[in-house]
Amino acid sequence: MKNNMELSRQDAFVYQHHRHHLLIHMYRILFFVLFLGLWELAARRQWIDSFFFSSPSLVIIKFWELCVDNSLFIHIGVTLWETLISFLLVFFLSLLVATLLWYSQSVAEISEPYLVVLNSLPKSALAPLIIVWLGTGMTTIIVAGMSVAVFGSIISFFTAFQQSDKEKVKLIQTLGGGRRDVFFKVILPGSIPILLSTTKVNIGLSLVGVIIGEFLAARQGLGYLIIYGSQVFQLDLVITSIIILCIIAMGLYKVIQALEHYIKKRISL
Amino acid sequence: MEQILELQNIHYSYHSLYGEIKALENISFQVKKGEFIGIVGPSGCGKSTLLSIIAGLIEPEAGEILTPAGSRDTLRIGYMLQHDHLFEWRSVYKNVILGLELNHLLTEDKLSHVDQLLKDYGLWDFKDKKPSELSGGMKQRAALIRTLALDPDLLLLDEPFSALDYQTRLMVSDDISRLIRASGKTMMIVTHDISEAISICDRVIVLTKRPAHIKCDIPVQLTLSDDTLLSARKAPEFQSYFNRIWEDMIYEE
Repeated sequence: MKNNMELSRQDAFVYQHHRHHLLIHMYRILFFVLFLGLWELAARRQWIDSFFFSSPSLVIIKFWELCVDNSLFIHIGVTLWETLISFLLVFFLSLLVATLLWYSQSVAEISEPYLVVLNSLPKSALAPLIIVWLGTGMTTIIVAGMSVAVFGSIISFFTAFQQSDKEKVKLIQTLGGGRRDVFFKVILPGSIPILLSTTKVNIGLSLVGVIIGEFLAARQGLGYLIIYGSQVFQLDLVITSIIILCIIAMGLYKVIQALEHYIKKRISL
Repeated sequence: MEQILELQNIHYSYHSLYGEIKALENISFQVKKGEFIGIVGPSGCGKSTLLSIIAGLIEPEAGEILTPAGSRDTLRIGYMLQHDHLFEWRSVYKNVILGLELNHLLTEDKLSHVDQLLKDYGLWDFKDKKPSELSGGMKQRAALIRTLALDPDLLLLDEPFSALDYQTRLMVSDDISRLIRASGKTMMIVTHDISEAISICDRVIVLTKRPAHIKCDIPVQLTLSDDTLLSARKAPEFQSYFNRIWEDMIYEE
């Protein structure tokens, strides 16, 4: 009898849990539908000027037009490619620099103020300079994408390396291992969770940098589409591009998150 | 018995901008092969520093460490730290062969020695598990195998059981010290637990508070009914050893 009671309480708990999550999901969808409905309604009743504010139906029409002439996929492809390249370069570059800083305490101390300054500098200020140096093209945009993420990423990686367990380092020393062994057996594997969470932030920052780059120096890509749209007063185009950017940003985050789960499971952290 | 290590007038200080902190002063003693030596003293007195010096992790500021062959490098030293520090990203087996891996000694006979230890210590069926799947006692055994895999002549234990709860600690310290005794190794253990030192060791060295020097060096002989450490704790001489060491630690100079 008592066992039955406990079981039903357990069931009630599980039921409550699922109910809560279902409700949250429903409210999220409800909010989205309401927002779209209100926007459309406001545009049709001319509470807002759809020339400036567009409307869901205009966005869909614009989206369809861009799909038909195939240009949308080229723009999306270019932005994704540039983001991916700059993200990967940021990862490997910051891993390399953070490793060097870990190897040499003096170099780390010398470079610390410079890293802090570069990290807090608004990177969009660098973009015009990068254009002058590298011209207009994909290289410029990839470098702009990197510039946003790379300094913070170096600092995070290096901090992770430094916060590794001192006792585990001592263990490697007592077993006769050198500094190289300490790095590869303790520091690097022990830092994987922080490397992964930094990486999750980096993908978003790379996208930010790439869009800034495309604003200033591109003929293709979603950033270009936004700037072009605003210059010719095609705000449907601007808003459609922004919505696609939202979807891309979420998609990239989810991909990295899935990768993080997979890696953590593989090494059981 | 053959002497394997001698410390002569070891001095060590820590330095900071605020001044010098003398940790060890004039520490001298000898270690014979097969001996179990306990080092006790007030907390923060430099016990762990002493082990680090013997292990060669830090150099003494003055004094010498002698072995029969001369240089310390000829003496293989194993070190067990306060926690087991098994790496969660490696299997139990990968953890116990870590020392061999670091020294490029993954030879067939070394590995078969590890296999034998895993079997002897009841960890063979767990070798492909993750460390978190082991009990506290099994983790300590795995840490011991990792140390023994390099076949050390002298084992240094730095409060190796202090992270365990009291009950587990009694069992594990019994277990581990018997395994080391059976392997015929020499052992030095730093502990703040006087009972543990008396029940495990043949000799207890009492250090004073900082700067630490040797207060006394007490040989321990217990009349045992059987060979468990619990019987050691029940031996008739146990209490008088305990009182003596306790007083040495409390009433200094």
